[in-house]
Amino acid sequence: MRDVAIIGVGCTKFGELWNKSFRALGIEAGMKAMEDANLSGSEVDGIFIGNMSAGRFINQQHIDALIADYSGMATHHIPATRVEAGGASGGVAFRQAVMAVASGMNDVVLVGGAEKMTDLDDASINSVMDATADADWEAGMGVTFASLHAMIAQRMIHDGIATREEIASFAVNSHFHGALNPNAQFRKAVPIETVLKSGPVATPLGMFDCAPISDGAASLVLCPLEDAKKYTDSYVKVSAVTQASDTLALAQRPDITSYGATVAAAERAYKQVGITAADISVAEVHDVYTVAGIMALQDLGFYKRGEAGKAVLEGQCQLGGSGVTINTSGGLKARGHPIGATGVAQVAEIVEQLRGSADKRQVENAKYGLAQSSGGMGSAVTVSIMEAI
Amino acid sequence: MSSVAREWREIPGRYNLKGTKCENCGSIFFPARDFCPKCRRAGIGKVVPYNVCRTGKVYSFSVIHEAPDCNNAMKPYAVAMVQTDDGVLVSAQLVDVDLDKIEIGMPVRAVLRKLDADGASGVIHYGYKFVPNL
Repeated sequence: MRDVAIIGVGCTKFGELWNKSFRALGIEAGMKAMEDANLSGSEVDGIFIGNMSAGRFINQQHIDALIADYSGMATHHIPATRVEAGGASGGVAFRQAVMAVASGMNDVVLVGGAEKMTDLDDASINSVMDATADADWEAGMGVTFASLHAMIAQRMIHDGIATREEIASFAVNSHFHGALNPNAQFRKAVPIETVLKSGPVATPLGMFDCAPISDGAASLVLCPLEDAKKYTDSYVKVSAVTQASDTLALAQRPDITSYGATVAAAERAYKQVGITAADISVAEVHDVYTVAGIMALQDLGFYKRGEAGKAVLEGQCQLGGSGVTINTSGGLKARGHPIGATGVAQVAEIVEQLRGSADKRQVENAKYGLAQSSGGMGSAVTVSIMEAI
Repeated sequence: MSSVAREWREIPGRYNLKGTKCENCGSIFFPARDFCPKCRRAGIGKVVPYNVCRTGKVYSFSVIHEAPDCNNAMKPYAVAMVQTDDGVLVSAQLVDVDLDKIEIGMPVRAVLRKLDADGASGVIHYGYKFVPNL
């Protein structure tokens, strides 16, 4: 297997982008990544796209063909593959692309992630989200995606793993960083009172515990590490990309306050690189709800069970804090969550951090950065570790 | 809108909490599975019908304020993960209950209720919900 490098990144702004179509967003992100990698386009020999549900959001299937066509790759008959894994679609697309380059099947691969959500009404959007859990035995029984996260939160509070305030503080952390990210949907820091007083969605979670509905796209360019210098001086190494699965329905698990797939993917990734959680300086975690962010910090090994909430509430995970800096992009909560784009955008943020181009969000002297992408109720999780060169 | 057949084929689970049990390892499955994920090959042919216990306790819960269109008229409504007395976790609505008095550990029992309908003239879906078991 060959070592793989990320030689270019590109992201659109995330948000309610009324004037931009799915295809326009995808191409904007791709063009930015190609420009960042100093490529003409003819070098690319494969495309992987993370997209969760264009079929339901914009009534368009066959996203692979659409992107190949509009990116100019179809005229050269470059293979394109669309990947769906719920909220982890982008993370899994990235992993497929890394495997393609590592194996020697491809040399220069474009990874894209895109979602156009706001063409659909809110209730329908939520029903698409609900379908990433068990459509027959959770959503079909009136149990929403938000309420499943709320039941995790309720149980965490009951078991003394985190308080309501500690869970809410994850949104404060994400918004603090979102204010510094020009591409973020919400560029405004919020105090914890705002989170706690926001309208209820599914108790104990309120509106500010939930990632927003967003449009957006993100893109990366990969090549073999040994070739990276041919294109750019500014690249990072992909040290590990692991993936793990879990049951579709939350109720099928013995413990709902930890995601076994995150634990497994993280353990495999650390082992592959030969490091521990303590070696990670900056991480992007899948805070689709605040409680998922708190859980991720524990499952990734950054904090022991029962300690992540306190740490976030104390500000340890903010820029300049004493712990690993979490979600410098603003996370899903403040950067926005165009579902298929999210996992790719997380990796793009880590690349920016490791090559020192994160501007006001820059974490100093980071050697290793991590991205965790989660689908459904942690039913598919990828953990990617990137290393500064 | 789902098909009539899709609802019809799930009636044993939806109406009567019919699951399955692996006679090889003793695991109970709800919803029903024909293949035991623990025993895998060793469980083939040993997974048999099983009626899940209709009483249990609230394992966790939430009161939903942002609901899908089909449940808008019920807002706010409660959902729970119920641990049945034979140890199965089931996610369902919790009804006929004071929303402010739900707590973890509260005894509940399954009842048959209307879940939703495919529009004004479509198929009505029925299934289990839980009520306090006082």
